[in-house]
Amino acid sequence: MSSDASVWQRAREPGAAKLSARVVVRAALVLAAAALLVALPLLVDDYVLSAILVPLLALSLAGIGQNLVTGYAGQLFVGAAAFMSVGAFAAYDVHLYLPSTPLLATFAAGGLVAAATGALFGLPSLRIRGFYLVVSTLAAQFFVEWLFTKVGWFSGNSSSGVITAPPLRIAGVSFSSPGGHYWLSLLIVAPLTLAAHNLVRGRIGRGWMAVRDMETAAAVVGVPVRASKLLAFAIGSFYCGVAGALWAFAYLGTVEPHGFDLDRSFQILFIVILGGLGSVAGTFLGAAFIVLFPIALDQAVAAVAGRSVDPGLLQNLEKVLFGALVILLLAKQPAGLARLVEIAWIRARRFAARYAPRSRS
Amino acid sequence: MSFFLEVLIGGLLAGVMYSMVAIGFVLIYKASGVFNFAQGAMVLFAALTFVSITERGVPFALALVITLAAMFALAIAVERAVLRPLVNAPPLSLFLATLGLAYVLEGLAQTVWGTQVHGLDLGISDAPIGAGAVSVSRFDLFAAATAASLVGGLGALFRWTRAGVALRAVADDPLAAIAVGIDLRRLWAIVWGAAGVVALVAGLLWGARVGVQFSLSLVVLKALPVLIIGGFSSIAGAIAGGLVVGASEKLAEVYVGPLVNGGIETWFPYVLALGFLLVKPAGLFGERSIERV
Amino acid sequence: MTTTPSALHGSSPGSSPDSGSPPGPGQPPDSLLDVRRVSLAFDGIHALDDVSFEVRRGEVCALIGPNGAGKSSMLNVVSGLYAAQQGEVRFEGQVLSGARELSRRGIARTFQNIALFRGMTVLENVALGSDFRARSTFLEQALRVGRAPREERRARDEAEVIIQLLDIAGHRDDVVGRLPYGLQKRVELARALSARPKLLLLDEPMAGMTFDEKRDMCRYLMDAHEKLGTTLVLIEHDLGVVMDLSDHVIVLDYGRKIADGSPEAVRADAAVVRAYVGSFET
Repeated sequence: MSSDASVWQRAREPGAAKLSARVVVRAALVLAAAALLVALPLLVDDYVLSAILVPLLALSLAGIGQNLVTGYAGQLFVGAAAFMSVGAFAAYDVHLYLPSTPLLATFAAGGLVAAATGALFGLPSLRIRGFYLVVSTLAAQFFVEWLFTKVGWFSGNSSSGVITAPPLRIAGVSFSSPGGHYWLSLLIVAPLTLAAHNLVRGRIGRGWMAVRDMETAAAVVGVPVRASKLLAFAIGSFYCGVAGALWAFAYLGTVEPHGFDLDRSFQILFIVILGGLGSVAGTFLGAAFIVLFPIALDQAVAAVAGRSVDPGLLQNLEKVLFGALVILLLAKQPAGLARLVEIAWIRARRFAARYAPRSRS
Repeated sequence: MSFFLEVLIGGLLAGVMYSMVAIGFVLIYKASGVFNFAQGAMVLFAALTFVSITERGVPFALALVITLAAMFALAIAVERAVLRPLVNAPPLSLFLATLGLAYVLEGLAQTVWGTQVHGLDLGISDAPIGAGAVSVSRFDLFAAATAASLVGGLGALFRWTRAGVALRAVADDPLAAIAVGIDLRRLWAIVWGAAGVVALVAGLLWGARVGVQFSLSLVVLKALPVLIIGGFSSIAGAIAGGLVVGASEKLAEVYVGPLVNGGIETWFPYVLALGFLLVKPAGLFGERSIERV
Repeated sequence: MTTTPSALHGSSPGSSPDSGSPPGPGQPPDSLLDVRRVSLAFDGIHALDDVSFEVRRGEVCALIGPNGAGKSSMLNVVSGLYAAQQGEVRFEGQVLSGARELSRRGIARTFQNIALFRGMTVLENVALGSDFRARSTFLEQALRVGRAPREERRARDEAEVIIQLLDIAGHRDDVVGRLPYGLQKRVELARALSARPKLLLLDEPMAGMTFDEKRDMCRYLMDAHEKLGTTLVLIEHDLGVVMDLSDHVIVLDYGRKIADGSPEAVRADAAVVRAYVGSFET
């Protein structure tokens, strides 16, 4: 114990009273946003729900998982789709072999199996670093894809090879409409996002960032380096696993290994890079960009050309533009879209402050 | 026994291809510390450009010159548009930028030249040459010889030219190299150009085997475990690693594959590399870096 | 916590017959750090050669010597980053083993080349210093239940105290990597202090600082020493600072201890004067 314990007891933010007013405003804003998110299916059509919002939510969730591992804990991890795949198949198998399991429990099971797999493939991170770790996680990518393709048990030995996702019912309520898919996704993604936010703002998150920024120093200040890394892999993979189950059940309506290939892994990685490494909110921006970019390009080209263009050509054009945009963003704003939005927000406030000087004290 | 040898030799020759992609990678890594995921896309880009030009009636030699020029133009463009803006960026950003570059190259090559598979005939017969009980394809021997002379040429280039000395200096200590007046930008362009030449040769040899098509780009996925096994910064390691990966994956596929329903070629090199990593974390020929506090 | 002082002190001063008077052989009972006959070699080159010394609770101890004398190596051995080939380091009578248990045992340190977490804010860096005390599981933290909210509040409050103490409140939410050098040094001290260490090891806390920055840093160190009761061991090249600050000076040269005693005694020591001739001016 230190000699003068009282020194440690003063402090406290100066202005606990002022805080409460801001808290009220904040709570109101959060409530309004939540209400809007819940009411969204009443405002937009089915196409937007099933082709944009549901995949956006699932990809965001996977992106958060990737961001926890790469953005926060600093571990180079290429293979998020492998853990999505594990989550999807585990959830499906729980439903298949234990049919009475409630739907949300199958999602949880998918996440947990993915977490265990993630921790396993994260083990090499205790010995190797940087790009060498890319290979370890790519091993997961290729091995998992092979496993689910070759071993029939995982897909219930179905002769047709086509798997149908289980009916989406929770406590007797059906979630099978496009709006239902969206609500189910929201029901899963919102609390998990909050949990991720809590984690990165607290001790665990600080420990991850410390490991990312300087491992030796992290150990000296008492961060359990190895445990932190494995926990990052496990939790990150949990998020990917749940996201994979969501992707399969709510978006595709089927489970298949090739939907979770290397390109999907890169897609998740790009979501995080574009959105902003080390930003949970940015992950949603990145996912929105990834989902909307091809749609927007499609429409733009159709508008310019006046007719639909050869899809192969369009796909290649998309690749060129997307790759160029990635390079441009990395060069111009390495902190990602989250930072761009932040800067815009600061500018907007400055602008507002200049022209409405008495709006706030 | 002779069957075993044939599988082994087939695997070693496939390994030569992996080595060549890995060599391009090592060159770039040594000169700029960039983990260049676009090396596979460069193979596709080079082969597709070459084959599309020859299909339009351009003679072989001229097509070769044009493609080489294209690869050097590409190198200069990469230096300007990717490396220079990202000069102080963390390694992860550079890696992702090369992923973006891979998308650009793949998309560009296929937008310009189309997506169909092109046959490529280099005029070397595929007839087997018998040597006792074992027979080897003439083309495969040609490929191995070409790769060997390319490696020899590169080795000579980097041993006796100014660029080579500069490259070694930069790999050793980038700051000191700049301090003694080495033009890093020029060196990067040269090295990316050399990697482009390696990509072209690899693309032609491999393309003549399997057709010039998108899958050429995926050969980078075979080169990654090669790099792990050989170490990121060693050309000798890239060669050894390529041969190890090529031989072992074919042997595993033939002898272990049937027991587990086949198709293990996709992940076997990675698991092998992982095993190597746990024993030798810096690769067969890599140098261990020591963390100082 | 009770040590066996007689046994401890029997062996330690042996290597240095010319140690000065105050903390010399007439040991008071309250020894905090006890370094015993430590030797360290890299590839056959001796960085430390049979070095023993002792630091008492509540003192300010300076480790000085020319470049390459083994000062940083000594600190790295004490903090478990280097494993000594021979000898041992005891803290409160118990052997220290490894960097991982350092903070739990009550030791914090700063580094010569600043080992801050560059991507984190000042507050996060400082709060991290006290995190090792927290017990909540990751589930409690994810759900903000149980011990987690309380511990988080405490970590931030305590960080706030230190931030005020070191006058870095204005930079609370700045990302550390973008701060100027002098401030980073201060943030690193803040992170170390927030662990409330019994012993604080400082590797050149004032290196590369201007005169004013040095003066401020001295004041912060003395504040920490007096208000928080922290025992300090510091490496410093500025002998003026050393003589002002410390009650105990240990001199290393070529990996050997050549003097150990009060500042006055060390200043007068012939071996020290010899070692410093030509190295740098006193």
